[in-house]
Amino acid sequence: MAMSREQILEQIQDVLIEALGVDDDEVTPEATLMGDLGAESIDFLDIVFRMEKAFGLKIPREELFPAEALMGSEEFVADGKLTDKGLEELKTRMPHSDLSKFEADPQVSKIGDLFTVEVLVNFVELKLNA
Amino acid sequence: MRWIWIDKFVEFNSGKNAVAIKNVTMAEEHIHDHFPGFPIMPECLMIESMAQTAGILVGESGGYAEKVILAKIKKAVFFHYAQPGDTLEIHAEIESIAEEAASTKGKIMRGEEMVAEIDLMFSHLDNNIGGKEFPEENFVFTDLFSVVLRNSGVPGPKMEYMK
Repeated sequence: MAMSREQILEQIQDVLIEALGVDDDEVTPEATLMGDLGAESIDFLDIVFRMEKAFGLKIPREELFPAEALMGSEEFVADGKLTDKGLEELKTRMPHSDLSKFEADPQVSKIGDLFTVEVLVNFVELKLNA
Repeated sequence: MRWIWIDKFVEFNSGKNAVAIKNVTMAEEHIHDHFPGFPIMPECLMIESMAQTAGILVGESGGYAEKVILAKIKKAVFFHYAQPGDTLEIHAEIESIAEEAASTKGKIMRGEEMVAEIDLMFSHLDNNIGGKEFPEENFVFTDLFSVVLRNSGVPGPKMEYMK
């Protein structure tokens, strides 16, 4: 299925408007799902289910939102920050995200900010072109 | 005590859809006050009736191993009042299901008339994202639900006194 980035963004915006009850002008590419749009844990699954439907894809949640998988491990997290190894792991698992800013201060509490509307668009684009 | 808001299943297709009925009656005391002189089934209880219908459908698909808990009301729109004497048909279908959760779509009908549209999400507690632990016993699917299922001819979870 050939879809432009713009078309993908439009669909993602619809998904988020429905799933989170937000207004269309709030769903900018830079908006963070948790901080700006108020998503909670169950909403992430709602978003995954709706995206699967919208794009006809099978989306394992840990692929789109892989950060949780790193949390339990001492190898990846120390003193509330991701270790170098943890950062590498996150980069491998999140090719759909730009981690350059986060790298400077990889606090676990800021991982939520990585999940933006744009990251969802990137993810779908990668999946559709895979 | 659990308040059960469905009387019987009239259709049950494992992993797909189910239809339960709820007979609204004047014998339900809360209806006397909701509202005085104008008895109607509270809409929040219609949501609960959908949560029970859809929740059992989700639970059954996993052999009642999961603790299936209502996690999100995605949509709840009401078009008509449900009054004593009404037989409500609660139609639920599984839309998506994963290890951690399930999403369902549903409508409540009175004959040909649509009373409500209710879409829900359920969390499977033991696979919750936060990694929290809960008691081992399945406190969601209690004996009362088993009775409703058995009376409907649908196999339910094993009842406590039979274990």
